[in-house]
Amino acid sequence: MYAASDLRKGLRIKIENDPYIVTEFNFVKPGKGQALYRCKLKNMVNGNQFERTFRSVDMFESADLQEKKMQYLYHEGDKYCFMDNESYEQVFLTEDQVGEASNFLLDDIEVEVLLFENKPLGITVPNFIDVVVTSAEPWARGDSVSGNTKPVTVQTGYQLQVPPFIEEGEKIRIDTRSGEYLTRVKG
Amino acid sequence: MTGEHSWRIAARCDQLRLRADMLQAVRRFFEERDFLEVETPLLIPAPAPEVHIDAVAAGDWFLQTSPELCMKRLLAAGYRRIYQICKCFRDKERGARHLPEFTILEWYRADADYLTLMDDCEDLIATVAARLGISGFVSRQGRPLNLERPWGRITVGEAFLRYAGMEVAEALSADCFEELLTARVEPQLGVDAPVFLYDYPREQGALARLKDGDPNIAERFELYLDGMEIANAFSELADADEQRRRFEDASREREKNGSLAYPVPEPFLDALPQMPPSAGIALGVDRLAMFFAGKKRIDEVVAFTPEFL
Repeated sequence: MYAASDLRKGLRIKIENDPYIVTEFNFVKPGKGQALYRCKLKNMVNGNQFERTFRSVDMFESADLQEKKMQYLYHEGDKYCFMDNESYEQVFLTEDQVGEASNFLLDDIEVEVLLFENKPLGITVPNFIDVVVTSAEPWARGDSVSGNTKPVTVQTGYQLQVPPFIEEGEKIRIDTRSGEYLTRVKG
Repeated sequence: MTGEHSWRIAARCDQLRLRADMLQAVRRFFEERDFLEVETPLLIPAPAPEVHIDAVAAGDWFLQTSPELCMKRLLAAGYRRIYQICKCFRDKERGARHLPEFTILEWYRADADYLTLMDDCEDLIATVAARLGISGFVSRQGRPLNLERPWGRITVGEAFLRYAGMEVAEALSADCFEELLTARVEPQLGVDAPVFLYDYPREQGALARLKDGDPNIAERFELYLDGMEIANAFSELADADEQRRRFEDASREREKNGSLAYPVPEPFLDALPQMPPSAGIALGVDRLAMFFAGKKRIDEVVAFTPEFL
């Protein structure tokens, strides 16, 4: 069971027997009033989206999903292909089902494929991935105190803001839950 | 690790500078108007029981959720104009505009009511903006936001009718006051110019005086800047018996909700009859910094958030 205070982007909960994923989340609270948890929810089976506001007293069951470790193989058109390394069974997901996780699909990366009644619904990538920066503006040395960030592109094509000292060709670690830069990876 | 995470803090240097300048301007504003800066303890035995504000326990005592009880004891002891800037703690409050540890500016005036505090707000924010050299504010919708006085005033009743299409009494009895307030009303407030939302239903002002001639209305207002709640003010309730009853109601409600019970703040209730008619206000310092810095997340105006400690 989850309490409303556990709600966050990416959490999967069950509402009327269907699995839903929280796609947007905001904590709001009028100064003296009760806390409200405003969510955008997406039905993981039919893709329907709606907004709902919960209160602290609301409780949720976790969605009845099975998770299976699979390896990412390739992506063609709108289809992403993953393979179960034990049974060699292959499954296909649409771009929409993969969602933002496509930003973090490194070649051969192992992900959790979510299944609802044996149908694939989505994937979970590892919380942290290490990726190579493929394009970055050079760092104007001495600019570190200005505290600016700069945009870079990493090997998956994903773009993000990083500290100015990160150079092209370096490896960085990304927190895939927030999509944010975490640290530089040496070696 | 070799201090790699420092970049996140370094990236906020413009906002932290602005915040420091803003605090200096605030202190100068109150000094020039003959307010005494005070400090009161953060660690207290009994916070004011409010239904929806949870204190953080620290040993057998609590971290303050606001300094108001001690501030009013100062008024009762004869201090007539006081202010303080302090940390407050509210359990489990974390969002784009909330930190569980945040900074409050409170000020109080003896022989004043909430209308005087509206004037103070206009004066304070316009003065601080001028000292920071900021003009030409732009709202989040990209429209110019005009700080020129006087600012707009709208009662809670009018605002509900205008923006939520419903009487306040109906919203309360349907148990959707907060939902409508946050989803329909607040986003419309203070978009072109700051707005005071005032005269709350009595249930929404646990420490506020009721309006002369209308016992269903509490003399309370909130200041909104660009859809964001910035400050909360009352004409202070000075009737100790009434205050005790309200604390008991709130405590019962907390018990019903399974919230932590607090002891009754007896020394405060004991001092309350000596307090002159007064008005007090709490202003969110982090949010004011967000407004001046044009930032949408509270994280952007503090060096540290709980996630990176």
